[in-house]
Formats: sequence, C-alpha cells, structure tokens
Amino acid sequence: MRVQLTIALSGLLAMPAYAAQFEVDVQIPQMNVAEYHRPYVAVWIEGAGNKSVADLAVWYQNKDTKEGHGTKWLPDLRQWWRRSGRTLDLPVDGVTGPTRPAGEHALAFDTSDPRLAKLAPGEYTLVVEAVREVGGRELLKIPFTWPATASQSGKAQGKTELGAVALTITP
Amino acid sequence: MKRSLAPAITLALALAAALPITASAHKAWLMPSQTVVAGEAPWITVDAAVSNDLFYFNHVPLRLDNVAVVAPDGSKVETQNGATGKYRSVFDVQLQQEGTYRIGVTNHYLTARYDDNGKPKRWRGTAETFASEVPKDAKDLEVGESVSRVQTFVTKGSPSDTVLKPEGVGLELVPVTHPNDLFAGEEATFRFQVDGKPAAGLEIEIVRGGTRYRNAQDEIKATTDANGEFKVTWPDAGMYWLETSTQDDKVSMPQAKQRRLGYVATLEVLPQ
Repeated sequence: MRVQLTIALSGLLAMPAYAAQFEVDVQIPQMNVAEYHRPYVAVWIEGAGNKSVADLAVWYQNKDTKEGHGTKWLPDLRQWWRRSGRTLDLPVDGVTGPTRPAGEHALAFDTSDPRLAKLAPGEYTLVVEAVREVGGRELLKIPFTWPATASQSGKAQGKTELGAVALTITP
Repeated sequence: MKRSLAPAITLALALAAALPITASAHKAWLMPSQTVVAGEAPWITVDAAVSNDLFYFNHVPLRLDNVAVVAPDGSKVETQNGATGKYRSVFDVQLQQEGTYRIGVTNHYLTARYDDNGKPKRWRGTAETFASEVPKDAKDLEVGESVSRVQTFVTKGSPSDTVLKPEGVGLELVPVTHPNDLFAGEEATFRFQVDGKPAAGLEIEIVRGGTRYRNAQDEIKATTDANGEFKVTWPDAGMYWLETSTQDDKVSMPQAKQRRLGYVATLEVLPQ
C-alpha cells in the first residue's frame, strides 16, 4: 500500500515538471554525533579525463568570517576543489549556496540550462562530493550519456557522509 | 714518533671528512601547515627543522636567516612571527595573492678543513669572511663550496608557475607535475637541473612522513634520466620528503676546489 502511494506521489511530482529535465536527488544522512556541522557539498559534471565541465551546486558556509566567507575550508572538497573550485571566483550565481540540513534535496535543471545545453554529445559522470567539519568525506559518481534520447536514471548509495544519490534525465 | 703520528692524523682527517656526511644524514625540512589553501588572505604557519625522523623535531632547528618566500607574482614576502627554539624554528606567512608560493632556504657558503697545529679544524663562512678567518698559511687546507636548497610550495586558489622557474644556480627542482597537484595513486614527473642544465643520473630519495610510527623508512628510490627527469607514483597520501645531492668542481667562489649541491623539498600528496 505504502509502495503504491509512493509511486503515485512521485508520479504526481514528476507531472508538473518540464518535458526535458535533469534531476539530481541528494540525501544528506542524519548523524548521531556529539558535534555536528552541516556538510559542504559539491555537485558537478565531469567529462573525459575527469575534467569538470559543469558545476551544478556547491553548498558551503556563506557566513562572513575572519577567514574569508567560509571559503577557507572549500579545499576539503578535495576533488571538486582540484577539478573546478580553485579556478572559480566565488560565490558563483546559481551554483553556490548555503549548507543544507540532513534530509533529501532535489535539484532540478531544465535541459536548456546553458550548463547542460553546451555539453557536447558524449559520456559524462555526475559527481557528488560531501565533506563534514570534524567528520568524513565521501564522493559518489553516476555515469550518464548526453544528450539523453530516452529516459535515463542512475543511483549511488553513500555509506558515511552521503545517503542515496539519484540522477534522472527526462528527455 | 713522526711515523706513529701520521696514521693518527690520517684518522682524524678521515673523521673530519666523515662529519659533513653524518650531518647531512640528518634531514632538513620545511613543513607547511597546509599546501592547498583558500580564502581572502589566509595564513599558513611553517615549521623548520633538521631531524632524524620525519617530520618530528628531535635534533636542531633550521635557522631562519636565509628563509625566502616568493609570491606568485615573483615578489618577496616577509615572514612573520619567526622564532627559533631548541628543536625547531617556526614562522607565519600570509597569502595575499592567488597562485603558488615558494618557501625556501638557500644556503650558499664556503667550507674549509685544515690542520690547526695537529688538530683538525672545520670552518664555514662566506667568500668575504674567508680571508680574515682562515689562516693564509693553513696546513692541508681543503676548501669547498656548498649550495643547498630546502623548499616547499603552497598554493592559494589555482596553481601558478612563476615561482617554479629555476634560478639557474646550483641544484634545482623543476616540477613538470605541479607540486601542489599531487594525489595518491597518480604519477608525478619532476626534473632536476644543475646550473640550469638537466642533471642526469641523480639519485633521488623520497620518504613519507610519520616514520616514528613504522619500522622502516619505506623510502622510494629513483634516478634521473638523460633529461634530468624522474617519475614517481605516490603510494599513499601524506607529506613526503624528497632529497638529492651531487657534487662537481664548477665553483663560483675562487677559493674552493669542489662544489657540493643539495636539494630538499617537502611535498604534500592528497588522497583521492
């Protein structure tokens, strides 16, 4: 019964979406720890040779601090920092934002979004990296083909700093 | 009498000759608090020491007299809060510019060994102080020149190359792979030069930090090829100490006959 309801609901949720969508679901797990800070999270797309081709979202502490608007700890998102972050002039409109609490976060991008529309046809990887102050770091990857001619979906399951991460492309 | 003394002097000289080698068996290093940095005008702090274990302070501090920090635009940056203790020196550096900084100690000096009325004497100084401090008629005088570098690299934001350009004097590392872009499991390529020319056949020793908590040095050995290049695949993440040395007779100080060249870098390798 519950399963059916979920299907029905997700069906409803998908309905109002535009025909062509690139949706990323990121779950930040609940932690039972003495000292908890929301993780820094980066969501980006890599092409051949691990080259970053599009930054979709970066969540970090945007509060003004003595140490530089929370950017001091951004290199802890090691792979994102190396592939993209260190060359950016932060903050980036439409990409960077404040950290988010534990729970499920849906990011939906229209396929006409310039970051996606400019991608040459080929194989890509969605990468989600999370790192938590006094906690750990985790990186998940979901491969996909662009542009999608049929519906595509991929999943990855985090073990520590990330929960379920899903990619759904609706052409 | 004379005949019995000669072996003693020979032994003393041999010991004196051995001393610099013993001294160089201690490891000199600069240890930055981090090498990949972000922020408006962040600070790093650097430890400087000569020790047996990497990277622990257990022998003598590395003197800060010749510390130089070069900013991404090639300008010199003043170090701050410098202090020298029993076992280590420490100083802070503020990173105002975007790009790669080179932090280094270059020592360029003369050494002399001579027989001072039957006692072996060792001296270290500059070409200027040589005349006044070393007796003109010193017996069995041997004079050498030494150029040694101890370096590390720190990058704020995107890595840059200005500070990686060699100065063309002595033994220098010319990174092919950027020294702040090193990751476990990946291969890195470096080149060594002597006076700006590729240094072939140099023996490179690389040791990862944390030696106190393992039973072997686990050193990585490499030899430079005809282009002065060698490759290393980093087995683990960590701070690595890289050392090489050589000698030749291309002295720049006229008193010297031989030239010793040394190079040390501390390199950080990050996990994937």
